[in-house]
Amino acid sequence: MDSLSSMLYWRQVNKNLLDLSILELAKRLQDKSITSVELVDESYERMEASESVIHAAITIRDKKEALALAKKADETRTAHSSPLHGMPYVVKDGYVTKDLRTTAASKVLDTFMSPYNATVIEKLEAKGAILIGKMNMDAWGHGASTENTDYPVTKNPWDITRSAGGSGGGPAAAIALRYVPFAIGEDTGGSIRLPAAWCGITSLKVTYGRVSRYGAIAYASSLDTVGPTAKTAEDCAVVLEAIAGVDPKDATSSPHAVDDYANGMTKSLTGKRIAFPTEYYKEGLDTEIKAAIFKAREQFVSLGAVVEDVSMPLLEFGVPVYYILAPSETSSNLGRYDGVRYGNGRELFTKETSRRVMTGTYALSSGYYDAYYKKAQKARTVFIKNYASILSKYDAILAPVTTVPATKFGALLEDPVANMMMDVYNVTVNIVGVPSLALPCGFTKDGLPMGMQLIGNMHGEKTLISLGSAYQSATDWHTKTPQGVTI
Amino acid sequence: MKGSLLSIDDIKKIAKLANIPISEKQSEELIKQVGVTVAYVSKLQELPTDGVIETSQVTGLENVMREDVVDESRMFSQVEALKNATHTHNGFFVVDAVLEASE
Amino acid sequence: MNEYELVIGMEIHVELKTKSGMFCACKNDQSLDKKPNIYTCPVCLGLPGALPVPNKTAIDWTIMLGLALGSEIAEVSKFDRKHYFYPDLPKGYQISQYDMPLCVGGFVDTSFGKVRLHRIHLEEDTGTLKHTLLDGKRVSLVDFNRSGTPLVEIVTEPDIHSSEQAKEFLKTLHQIVRFVGISDADMEKGSMRLEPNISVRRKGATEMPKYKVEVKNINSFKFAAAAIEYEFNRHVAILEKGEIPVQETRGWNEDKNATVSQRVKEGAADYRYFPEPDIPPLRFTKEYIETLRAALPKLADEVKSDVMSAHGLNEYQGKMLVENTIKLTKFQTIVSLPSIQRANVSGPTIANWIINKDIDPSSSENQIADQIIASQTIVVVSDDDLMKAIVEVMEANPKAVADFKAGKEPVKMFLFGNVIRELKGKGDKERVVALLEEKLAA
Ligand SMILES: [Mg+2]
Ligand SMILES: [Zn+2]
Repeated sequence: MDSLSSMLYWRQVNKNLLDLSILELAKRLQDKSITSVELVDESYERMEASESVIHAAITIRDKKEALALAKKADETRTAHSSPLHGMPYVVKDGYVTKDLRTTAASKVLDTFMSPYNATVIEKLEAKGAILIGKMNMDAWGHGASTENTDYPVTKNPWDITRSAGGSGGGPAAAIALRYVPFAIGEDTGGSIRLPAAWCGITSLKVTYGRVSRYGAIAYASSLDTVGPTAKTAEDCAVVLEAIAGVDPKDATSSPHAVDDYANGMTKSLTGKRIAFPTEYYKEGLDTEIKAAIFKAREQFVSLGAVVEDVSMPLLEFGVPVYYILAPSETSSNLGRYDGVRYGNGRELFTKETSRRVMTGTYALSSGYYDAYYKKAQKARTVFIKNYASILSKYDAILAPVTTVPATKFGALLEDPVANMMMDVYNVTVNIVGVPSLALPCGFTKDGLPMGMQLIGNMHGEKTLISLGSAYQSATDWHTKTPQGVTI
Repeated sequence: MKGSLLSIDDIKKIAKLANIPISEKQSEELIKQVGVTVAYVSKLQELPTDGVIETSQVTGLENVMREDVVDESRMFSQVEALKNATHTHNGFFVVDAVLEASE
Repeated sequence: MNEYELVIGMEIHVELKTKSGMFCACKNDQSLDKKPNIYTCPVCLGLPGALPVPNKTAIDWTIMLGLALGSEIAEVSKFDRKHYFYPDLPKGYQISQYDMPLCVGGFVDTSFGKVRLHRIHLEEDTGTLKHTLLDGKRVSLVDFNRSGTPLVEIVTEPDIHSSEQAKEFLKTLHQIVRFVGISDADMEKGSMRLEPNISVRRKGATEMPKYKVEVKNINSFKFAAAAIEYEFNRHVAILEKGEIPVQETRGWNEDKNATVSQRVKEGAADYRYFPEPDIPPLRFTKEYIETLRAALPKLADEVKSDVMSAHGLNEYQGKMLVENTIKLTKFQTIVSLPSIQRANVSGPTIANWIINKDIDPSSSENQIADQIIASQTIVVVSDDDLMKAIVEVMEANPKAVADFKAGKEPVKMFLFGNVIRELKGKGDKERVVALLEEKLAA
């Protein structure tokens, strides 16, 4: 039996606990109708069934070890335990972890065992969550398809001839296949949202600084954000509440109070105002995606929201700003990988990484700094003002995530411009620092998932989650799983 | 720049600054690819930014500092510090000589 | 030779003696001979994902140093990344300050004229390298204990024109750093490091020379002066041939008593500075800067009480020295000279000399010491003769004695003055005070 059909077989005979929401699972764990051991066991069964084809993971924790942790979680659960207590989860391999090797999907770190944990890992560990795997990505976050990994490439669970998206293709595929109830991704210019759209799941790019970056391997420091990937907006809320907050180890982390994000969600959106930037729906956007988001717009209206056309004319400058700032910062952040204190030498950087490091070095070099880096920082101010003018009047901006559904392998690999354009709707969100919730909004004729995003005000996560949650209570795109896909 | 491609000398100079070891063949490739990227991002010159102040951070935070306190729990033992290194000697990391032999 | 003059700007790096690191909570231990790589953490070892958080004390101290040196303190400041590759620099960049240093301007007075400061900024120190042979191969051994130590960089304008002035400038600066109490500034331990940028031009010329030579590895003021002299002669010889010295970095070689060209494998210097994205900018209110300024006189009080108790000075002497750092430096140098110690000259005697005499600025500490010693050895008055003079004065002024005994302390100075007059200025004044007090107490 090949692995995908074994997965299908397995699905018929099992309970599919991992299709349930985090809060539902937490309730059942509390009333002891299920155990963490069962949950973790199901996680491993699912991974065993599909990993040999999908390659969502780079490193998986030893199953016995994970089961022992689950058993301990079952024994230590109290009425006050976090809903994440005993919940298995995975992270993008861009977070340093003491227990599992950390590669950032690069052979440069092939054997690196971090002597310390990222803050997000520590926080989840404190809540009792169980880390079971380190997920695939474009090396160092450099890519939009996970094809720039130095490990076997992640396949899209909906169509294994296609990319799962990037840079966090691994965590997204893992959630699409319901390996675990949630994953932690990292978004610098769409790395959480693009794979979510291509894999048909929900994910949250948080406000810059909302979640500590300590221990998140830096791609572009002023753009990097740490956020949850899950099945629903509500699940993202539960995870965000556990990982958000100021961290004395990250000077850029926000002291803004952590909201009770999952609380107060309603099915009615009366009084909510959503902006619809017309420039985002012009040439270049796939017609099926466009149609799906126009339908979503109607859905929001029928839920009581006001949706109005607005103009956001700076779109075309977003990618140039991003591809100056991100390569510049990455050329700096990757300076530490010299093979002296840890890891291997710089000759092992992938072509994509070398390109970005070289581009960034050029943009920062003497004589070019003002024309590139400084100019991009000025443009950043212009973007912030443009967003602020819209978001002072609206609760959210409704935008596409990608111009096209999941691409075939190879389409982005050797074409720097196509690669850059893939995140045209995503990068300005990072440039400005605002949060954005990416969620499924339909399927193409070919059965590929499509996504959209709701972009909010700084620290407006709660609003985005309530909008997304209302939408998900009225639609069922987020409940679809790739089990019907034929190979 | 005006979107013109970079020269081979430019690429070699950048590679040296970036500490990226590249072969002749790679430098040919990189001329094209880095050149395309640079040409593409040069579009930004069309955006008027006269009198605009740069933003390098979006948090609005200022004066985030730590008190001058030692935290031993974050410090590594010598063994931990050296654990991931491929070449060590007597508690030191070892690298190829950085000083040229003097006469 | 006389047709040429030196043009020197200095870069001085001073390691702060904070408890912890500049951007991490590692112990800041500047002692020598400790095991390598025992004070490291994710931040100062440059591990993946680690982030810097600046040390408030290091920032405050840098501002205080700026205030002590008359600098203007930045209202807004920030850190920047300075990029270069070297094995002792773990991140491939040093967190430093580029265009918005904490302090701008300021000066140090020397007897040869004012040395203006260009700027003072704060950064992190690197690790250290040792060069050796291992299995027949030339290698460098890297130790990151020093990595991340707070480091202040002071940059002067090219206002120094002689080795003597350089020495005096450095001594005074050293004194002020110690006075502010922020560093041991120990040259031998490397907690104060000097890099003179030396060039030579024809006397009377006003434009800056077209080249400069940076000299490193200088670990004493004496060597700084020697290196400058050496470079002066070397440059003049080259200029005389109608050539221009090569712009380069040279190292002071103690054994050869010469500077040697340093051929270090370094990439081209293009530091690609940009604002450190991991650290929010710094903003200081006027009130905040004033609280730091207010903390400075307290430090002066500490220096004063230190110098008073170490050398038996009175309040007035302590005050006069602390108010004038040049005099304080001179005092501290002279008081510890072997010749002074052999001659058994007391601290107060030296202090009085330095406070009261118009000292020729061109005279060295040794020359001053010789003058003091000479003045001391002219007349030795025995205790008996001193006591005779004291008794005479007391008998001639019975009212003053009675007043003193009634509690009028200042009368003592009146009696002392009369005794000195009686002795015609001869005799050890300390001894006079001691004997007078003894007699009055009897
Ligand atoms: Mg420096
Ligand atoms: Zn440290």
